[in-house]
Amino acid sequence: MIGVNRYKCGYCGACVSVCPIGAVELVETWIEIADDCTECGTCAGVCPIGAIEVLK
Amino acid sequence: MTAEPDKYDIVIVGAGPAGSITAKTAAALGSDVLMIEKRQAIGDPVRCAEGVSKPQLKEHINPDERWIAAEVKGSRIYAPDGTRVELSEDVSGAEVGYTLERKLFDRALANEAALAGAEVCVKTRATGVIIEDGFVKGITAMHLGEECEIRADIVIGADGVESKIGRWAGIDTTLQPSDLETGAQFLVADIDIDQDFCEFHLGASIAPSGYLWVFPKGNRSANVGLAIGGDVCSRGNRPIDLLRNFVEERYPDGKIIEIVVGGVPTSGPLEEMVTDGLMLVGDAARQSDPLTGGGIINAMDAGSIAGEVAAQAISEGNVSKARLQEYETIWRERHGKRLNRSLAVKNRFVAMTDSDLNKLVHSVEGIDFSTMTLFEMLKVLVRKNPRMLLGLRKLFI
Repeated sequence: MIGVNRYKCGYCGACVSVCPIGAVELVETWIEIADDCTECGTCAGVCPIGAIEVLK
Repeated sequence: MTAEPDKYDIVIVGAGPAGSITAKTAAALGSDVLMIEKRQAIGDPVRCAEGVSKPQLKEHINPDERWIAAEVKGSRIYAPDGTRVELSEDVSGAEVGYTLERKLFDRALANEAALAGAEVCVKTRATGVIIEDGFVKGITAMHLGEECEIRADIVIGADGVESKIGRWAGIDTTLQPSDLETGAQFLVADIDIDQDFCEFHLGASIAPSGYLWVFPKGNRSANVGLAIGGDVCSRGNRPIDLLRNFVEERYPDGKIIEIVVGGVPTSGPLEEMVTDGLMLVGDAARQSDPLTGGGIINAMDAGSIAGEVAAQAISEGNVSKARLQEYETIWRERHGKRLNRSLAVKNRFVAMTDSDLNKLVHSVEGIDFSTMTLFEMLKVLVRKNPRMLLGLRKLFI
């Protein structure tokens, strides 16, 4: 599962742009992950502020 | 706007510079235009270093002191070992660049779109595109918590780095991590900096596969930020970590009055920017400069071309890909060559070690760049370093 720390997130949308399947969405001030997420972790990798983690 | 189906000639998704200029241009030419913005306030939060070239900006809008934070005369580029070259594009020493106040700038552009006759709707997020008979015919959206359908003959995606409009219409806009610069910036107040110059710092320990910038913002403040390749971003070495290190060391007494984060596409422009009933502009079309990360002017130019082509296509009753392609063709004629060059240079730079970068900067130390543009400086670098920059020379003829 992908965990997004809303208290850290700067809602910039960098993570959205790299998702290979378009499962990440920047709503307004928060990130939503769709159910079809494959947990590849690409979004977590590029986060400038470290707000995203792949939770085991 | 209500939850009832609405119909426009053109719906534009995203109210940044690309969206607002598109809306303004098409509305001024008589099209019935709606521009939506998912945030509740246009321009905020900022995701930009806010630097822009003065002459290029003037081609699109008359500068207004309300949204200009500072003016600069030139740039100083620092090698990893601290060696400095200075670049100024005007022999008279006049200001060549602005640091914008994007919150106000974006709002001013949206206001111009409104004055030209475009409707604007904030806190409205696109959730999908409507496709019928192979043509994009509008979008589904969420407005103040209510789902709605907005029909339009042309949908224009100006929805930034996180663009979904293209994807939904079948254009793959996914960026590889190496094609994204991920960045963080502090607005640092009460610091002693030269307000006349932008600074650019290179080096693997400062900003791997990227650079750090200091853009004066007037009144003893500056945007101090950095961006690194998305592929070299890792725990403990994220932009926020690297920036904190730099700012603590360089401006120990500075006060951070704003934190900005963001991603910049550095892939070079999309291979396809239009399809039947749909156009993409600005960062959504990956039009930002792969080398500098600058995107405002390219986006505004895309907006004025796209707005004009869209309005003409509407009046002709032909919104096919073939018709809308005119926008892409004109945009590429104006920007394609330069951006290809930027991409080639960027690909070379990101592979360089600090010692390579030092050598490059040393090779041009003492040369007078006081009247040169970035293009001319790169040209000199390529000429002086034929082996290190092998193969790039033909791009600078």
